[in-house]
Amino acid sequence: MSEPLLKVRDLKIGATVYPPGEKPHDIEIVHGVSFDLMPGKVLGLIGESGAGKSTIGLSSMAYGRGGVKITGGEVWVNGRDILKSKLSDIRKLRGGEVTYVSQSAAASFNPAKTIMEQVIEASVEQGKFSRKVAEDRARNLFAKLGLPDPDNIGARYPHQVSGGQLQRCMTALALCPEPDLVVFDEPTTALDVTTQIDVLMAIKEAIRDTGVAALYITHDLAVVAQVSDDIMVLRHGETVEYGTVDQIINNPQEEYTQALVSVRSIEHEEKAPTEEPVLSVRNITARYQGTKFDVLHNVNVDLYPGQTLAVVGESGSGKSTLARVITGLLPPREGEIYFNGRTLTPDFKHRSREDLRELQMIYQMADVAMNPRQTVGTIIGRPLEFYFGLRGSEKRKRIIELLDEIELGESFMDRYPAELSGGQKQRVCIARALAAKPKMIICDEVTSALDPLVADGILKLLLNLQKIEDVAYLFITHDLATVRAISDNIAVMYKGKVQRYGGKTQVLSPPFDDYTDLLLSSVPEMKLGWLEEVIANRKMESAGN
Amino acid sequence: MKNIPVSALIGLFFTALYFLGAIFAPLLAPYGMAEVVGDVWEPSSADYWLGTDNIGRDLLSRMIYGGRTTIFIATMATVISFTTGAILGIFAAVSGGWVDQLLSRFVDLIMSIPTLIFALVVLSVTPVTVPMLILVMGLLDSTRVFRLARAVAVDIEVMDYVEAARLRGEKTAWIIFREILPNALSPLVAEMGLRFIFMVLFVSTLSFLGLGVQPPEADWGGIVKENKDGIVYGIPAALIPAFAIATLAISVNLVADWVLNRTTSLKGGRG
Amino acid sequence: MNPVLKLLAQRIALSLFLLLMISALIFAGTMILPGDVAQSILGQSATPEALANLRADLGLNDPPLTRYFEWLFGALQGDLGTALTSGQDITSAIGSRLSNTLFLAFWAAIIAVPLAIFLGLLAVRYKDRWPDKLISGVTLASISIPEFLIGYVLMYLIAVKLRWFPSVAMINDSMSLWQKLNSIALPVAVLTLVVLAHMMRMTRAAILNVMQSAYIETAELKGLSTFKVIWRHAFPNSVAPIVNVVMLNLAYLVVGVVVIEVVFVYPGMGQYLVDHVSKRDVPVVQACGLIFAAVYIGLNMVADIVSILSNPRLRHPK
Repeated sequence: MSEPLLKVRDLKIGATVYPPGEKPHDIEIVHGVSFDLMPGKVLGLIGESGAGKSTIGLSSMAYGRGGVKITGGEVWVNGRDILKSKLSDIRKLRGGEVTYVSQSAAASFNPAKTIMEQVIEASVEQGKFSRKVAEDRARNLFAKLGLPDPDNIGARYPHQVSGGQLQRCMTALALCPEPDLVVFDEPTTALDVTTQIDVLMAIKEAIRDTGVAALYITHDLAVVAQVSDDIMVLRHGETVEYGTVDQIINNPQEEYTQALVSVRSIEHEEKAPTEEPVLSVRNITARYQGTKFDVLHNVNVDLYPGQTLAVVGESGSGKSTLARVITGLLPPREGEIYFNGRTLTPDFKHRSREDLRELQMIYQMADVAMNPRQTVGTIIGRPLEFYFGLRGSEKRKRIIELLDEIELGESFMDRYPAELSGGQKQRVCIARALAAKPKMIICDEVTSALDPLVADGILKLLLNLQKIEDVAYLFITHDLATVRAISDNIAVMYKGKVQRYGGKTQVLSPPFDDYTDLLLSSVPEMKLGWLEEVIANRKMESAGN
Repeated sequence: MKNIPVSALIGLFFTALYFLGAIFAPLLAPYGMAEVVGDVWEPSSADYWLGTDNIGRDLLSRMIYGGRTTIFIATMATVISFTTGAILGIFAAVSGGWVDQLLSRFVDLIMSIPTLIFALVVLSVTPVTVPMLILVMGLLDSTRVFRLARAVAVDIEVMDYVEAARLRGEKTAWIIFREILPNALSPLVAEMGLRFIFMVLFVSTLSFLGLGVQPPEADWGGIVKENKDGIVYGIPAALIPAFAIATLAISVNLVADWVLNRTTSLKGGRG
Repeated sequence: MNPVLKLLAQRIALSLFLLLMISALIFAGTMILPGDVAQSILGQSATPEALANLRADLGLNDPPLTRYFEWLFGALQGDLGTALTSGQDITSAIGSRLSNTLFLAFWAAIIAVPLAIFLGLLAVRYKDRWPDKLISGVTLASISIPEFLIGYVLMYLIAVKLRWFPSVAMINDSMSLWQKLNSIALPVAVLTLVVLAHMMRMTRAAILNVMQSAYIETAELKGLSTFKVIWRHAFPNSVAPIVNVVMLNLAYLVVGVVVIEVVFVYPGMGQYLVDHVSKRDVPVVQACGLIFAAVYIGLNMVADIVSILSNPRLRHPK
């Protein structure tokens, strides 16, 4: 057996933190991680935010981002410990032997230079290829990665191509100098789900055809399962589990890994439509002020008491606009909304206090949905005071009840939002919505900013609360796993129209229209070989291309 | 009040010193403000700690009274600039639409001329009295406060928690005073320090040019003007008030810097 | 029409419109505010007849709008009217003074701009080390120090004590360039100090902002040397912000000039303006205000034009 291309031993990484009100000090963020990567193999590094996965990936180029420093251990690339190398040797390694693909290609390309200039820069600079050879290689890579017009796309500037295309250009940039190792750092996370699958396939094929080795960093186990040979699960800067893809996916040993593998398996029995819907959206057409195009076309959906309607679609599908129309932030051009059997006034400013109370909203970014200068108690207490006139001990009692319902407890009452974790913040937002005793809550991508396990907890809480409080949810999301977990009815939106609408089982069962098929099939599944299967069976090009 | 950095302590000390000096000027000054007590430009002595000025008045006394005038004018102008600018700025941000457009474009217009030039143009036709100075300085400078307050408020305006409050049915007053103002306060307070410094420099410059406080009233800029001819003969009397202006400005700056850092790093602070 | 040309045309039109509005504002400000020009010229003891005569002479009895347009069209044709106090033609009086002022500002800019950019780069290179800390300390001090203090301190030390340069900056046409430069050395030094710290700090912030972009990391991960990273990737994106910094500070220089000219008794626009404000010579003040505003608006326009021209999104539209 040959020598590993990349050998990491007991890697320790530190960073300087600047906590408010304290002196800056050093902390360790990676505590002794070891692994091997053989030539031509792919190792997936997976973990939640703060697990140290990007930091470990960049250490293979002897690079620390921001104030990050490698404090101990060894990193061997092609038989040299690069942590002991001179800076000039490290520069030869970067962009030559090891290259990097970042999460946001849009930010990682220099806006002032053409794509071609940037793609070939490292090859020419490192003396690997002449400019002409490098340009030919780049054009070949553009073609291989499925970019349109591969001969001429290099002459464009980064802002002139789409996000999915730019991510492929970044891959070409990394592969052009014929490196031994590519570090992929969440390369598909910023893309829409139907675009992600194409880019993923392009990356996978490029890795296979060029025989390059790769470190593939992501938070999504289902994605990494499609491209990796081995997987290392990280948490808080430590290895949780390290094994082959097959072992990690099909036979995880550690509890944390098992949780990650089963994260998308909440069981939720679909409820049949009951009596009258609590909300009926009828023939809604809407556009933003000052624009000339409708972003919603003739939308019709119903939401039944105590049930969940999931509105699912990609960015630009109009799903968030629908939420703004219902809340009254964007009065529609045509159509009507019935709430509790009454017609709802289009502009929220003219709605009655009762209507406002019964229709609550939870936001995607809990950080900015709470006033940072108010305590949790004030935040939850305000609706109680405002709608029900509760004061003093009565209000306090009710706040504590709500805090118990969201599984936080009384001790959180005097804390500020900045002192809470992401999941806790979202729970407080849920409590604030519940405090109004609403008939329905609009949940706008409430779990998409959270790590999978935390998101899972929030979904379970929401389902639980639905049973207790008999509240209806209009659940806006781009994530089909979430839809499966929580919905009774589903509306699939595409380009401002409702593409498919009905009960969960019906919407998710064939026969499908082409778009729903594409959308459903694009959701990564925790299954080996899924990617190839999907690509082989596709009927329609993804929207992002 | 623990953990005050040394720089802020120094700043606080000198700022307090100057303000106390201003308040208790008549008690502290050894001689009268306009009282001629000695020869022209006498060097410092036990009788006249800082020497005498261009017509033989005690420089220390004039400095103390001058500081009183300078600090009073700067404070009043800051108050005017701040209340006008902050209220209109937040009002413009919350109202939006044509109110915002009208106010913002007007401020753009005023700001397209350097403040000093505008002040000179206005002062060429208005009587140069202390209230007029305060008014002109305060109103011209309120454009800067307006811009900052509006920008900060617009940033906060688009936060989801403000939208949540609107959707709850809260009134505009609640939104301004409970949601926006508490979050806008720390940048505005730090700005207040900077505005005060600017006002001190502004009134001193005007007086130095002979267009501010009129003799025999003393202010620091005016004292520089009265004694500037001495420089050529190697008499540094004009430098004393100039140093006083600089130290006051630096002290306030150090305090403002600290206030900005402290309020943003409070628990629950933004960022 | 090419979108860049369209934007440029819009920007230039905006500047002209601003200037027009400013002229109206200056005119209205000097006419409508309390205080009467005739009264101020003749003083409190003037007889009513004398006041009435002077008002008629000055055209103060015409409707304001008529007077404004007469003044504006005159100004457009280079006729700025006559000074009340001396009866002199303002345009010719301003001509030589304006060139003196520009001469002073030009040399200050020639020294201050490259120095500030160089020191700004130095601060970026040694970020959070002593050169950087020194620079931010000096900046804090310099925004707190009145221009005339720097002026008099330098005058006291260099002109009076050391006798290297004259304390008064006399200048006239018969002097050679070298004599002129020698004469304005001190005011140029003061002006440089006045804008230097600001410009340094703003340059530092502009470059740091660019250096924190993800594409700089990409360049570093290509194994490029620090120099190449800065030259190829940071510099092309820093041009617009740096030009902005420079223009803003040159505009600031215009204001600094007023005070410095008074300190060094330099025969420029600033001195001329200040003199005539004290004498309440309204036509002169109006003319000077308009010229200062035009310079200020012009510099801001140049800054915006450069940032439009250097924006790749506008130069290479989709």
